[in-house]
Amino acid sequence: MTNLIEIKGLCARIEDKEILKGIDLTIAPGEVHAIMGPNGAGKSTLSNVLAGRDGYEITAGSVTFKGQNLLEMEPEERAAAGLFMAFQYPVEIPGVVTSTFLRTALNAIRKARGEDEIDGIAFAKLLRAKAGELGIPTDMLKRALNTGFSGGEKKRAEMLQMTLLEPAFCVLDETDSGLDIDALRVVAEGVNRLRSAERSMLVITHYQRLLDYIVPDHVHVLAAGRIVRSGGKELAMELEEKGYGDLAGAAA
Amino acid sequence: MAATTETIEQVKTLGQEKYKWGFVTDIDMEMAPKGLNEDIIRLISAKKEEPEWLLDWRLKAYRHWLTMEEPHHWAKLSYPKIDYQDTYYYAAPKKKDGPLSLDEVDPELLKTYEKLGIPIKEQEVLAGVRKVAVDAVFDSVSVATTFRDELEKAGVVFLSISEAVRKYPELVKQYLGTVVPHTDNYFAALNAAVFTDGTFVYIPKGVRCPMELSTYFRINAEKTGQFERTLIVADDASYVSYLEGCTAPMRDENQLHAAVVELVALDDAEIKYSTVQNWYPGDENGKGGIYNFVTKRAACRGRNSKVSWTQVETGSAVTWKYPSCILQGDNSVGEFYSVAITNNYQQADTGTKMIHLGKNTRSRIISKGISAGRSNNTYRGLVRIGPKASGARNYTQCDSLLIGDKCGAHTVPYIEARNNSAQVEHEATTAKISEDQLFYCRQRGIPEEEAVALIVNGFCREVLQELPMEFAVEATKLVGISLEGSVG
Repeated sequence: MTNLIEIKGLCARIEDKEILKGIDLTIAPGEVHAIMGPNGAGKSTLSNVLAGRDGYEITAGSVTFKGQNLLEMEPEERAAAGLFMAFQYPVEIPGVVTSTFLRTALNAIRKARGEDEIDGIAFAKLLRAKAGELGIPTDMLKRALNTGFSGGEKKRAEMLQMTLLEPAFCVLDETDSGLDIDALRVVAEGVNRLRSAERSMLVITHYQRLLDYIVPDHVHVLAAGRIVRSGGKELAMELEEKGYGDLAGAAA
Repeated sequence: MAATTETIEQVKTLGQEKYKWGFVTDIDMEMAPKGLNEDIIRLISAKKEEPEWLLDWRLKAYRHWLTMEEPHHWAKLSYPKIDYQDTYYYAAPKKKDGPLSLDEVDPELLKTYEKLGIPIKEQEVLAGVRKVAVDAVFDSVSVATTFRDELEKAGVVFLSISEAVRKYPELVKQYLGTVVPHTDNYFAALNAAVFTDGTFVYIPKGVRCPMELSTYFRINAEKTGQFERTLIVADDASYVSYLEGCTAPMRDENQLHAAVVELVALDDAEIKYSTVQNWYPGDENGKGGIYNFVTKRAACRGRNSKVSWTQVETGSAVTWKYPSCILQGDNSVGEFYSVAITNNYQQADTGTKMIHLGKNTRSRIISKGISAGRSNNTYRGLVRIGPKASGARNYTQCDSLLIGDKCGAHTVPYIEARNNSAQVEHEATTAKISEDQLFYCRQRGIPEEEAVALIVNGFCREVLQELPMEFAVEATKLVGISLEGSVG
């Protein structure tokens, strides 16, 4: 198995609306791919379909993840297999303390993989270390997950989860939206820290600026449900200059 | 293994089982004939070697009960008529009566409590773990009470109520029925007539009870009602934390549980009363389960006294209970923290009454109702501020969470203020577990049912954290178990 994930001819719709119209994308271990595109191109649909959210109908195509048929798996099975999605809008879970949530998630994944659950003391140590790496203050871990968090705090919490769960494949769904430059750096730093020869990433973004900090190996342009151009990191620069106008036209 | 650890371990394994407390203990029972009449009451009283005044009180209650009607009309509950003649009112494991030392307890009974995860053997409590004294009530009688010596040294009286009547008749007589009179309501009258056992606690002046006290109620025999009566008196400047738990076998029939709890807090005294109610709720089609009709009331008689009720109600087919506080003493405080979970066809109508009589009395109500399946969950609460209760304050928060679209949540607050200086606040919310929350949890690897349990536990956190630590763990697991099958 050389590729971590292979997306072939993927078509998906919500209700009667065709959103993805044949996506082909292959990502090898260790690669960072960026998907850029205008609003309504299908960027969020692609990440939601990969993560297994309800409400999307797959009408054609296949997704193979680590040799398995990803589309047949439940969201939690995908997570256990190593797929992680950083949300554009992380949801508030009132009353559930961040550290409790993280421990529950980590243990659920370990259990699904047939590993032993981590005990409280070992977990606390691990969490302190990972939070320390990201410069996350411990009092944030005692607050209810995402509840009353600022935009920047929510994204930090996402990075912390990603760091802790050590996924094989990270999908960052417009993680940069609504962030100021400092928060953007934090996100980028979290991502860069996790880059390794085995771990792959799909960075979905509307703006080029995130790619100043997370330098991708490949850039793809998504427009009207199709990948209309692919290239190296310089493609992002080109888009920054010219905008999406021409490309969106080309796809129609 | 330390008893607490053992409890936690056992609770951990519950995931796979729907109602693991549903087993039946095979033990020789002594039963009174089925049905209810004055002879049965005399028999119960005789079995317990009660003094004349108590028998008279029972008979008075019985005669009053005959004139009353079941409170069908106002609660949001519906259940078939109960045949009070088709129930056993006295069932006891065959054994010599009276107090038993642990060595004398039938090993079958010890095994039962072990299976329930209840630390009934003192030696199981190792150093470093907080001690919990236990009174175990099996059907109609108390079968064991632990840590008696140590409590006695502190001057704390912790006995089954039958034994207390024999040993401390004056103390019992002074307080019994003074908070919940035998005429109070239909089920309280029935209880006064036929109560078979329960717990009596007296904390003397200035004593802080050295350990948690708890009673575990177990209904075992078929067609048997359980009518226990608990009386806790906290004398001046004393403190006690008390917890009760309850389970029953799975049966197709509905069994009746009608308990009465009376609390008395004198000057500067504090009572913390926690309940984890896990009677058999019936199956997923609504067959079987306990009818839980309970009257719980506290009298904060002294100045600066405080009573705090915390309840986690997950069991029973029908729950009807309103743990209340009469805030008589100036500056007295009443609190009610409640989690009520209903699933399948369960019905709960529960809440509290805060009766402010003294000056500067304060009360706080936090109620979390979770409804799933086809269940109905009602919060019903009364806040009454009397004319002399100047400076009284109340804060009420009622939150309801709905899982699925076939269940119901209802909030029925009653507020009566007869003093202009009173401050009464009421907040209520109703929410559903969102698809977004569930998907977020699942994306992190948490399966759907576990995600629901996690979200619901978060919703209940303010209440669960009021429980003594040992029981908070158990309650957290229970929340998950009682919602099994509610999604998907």
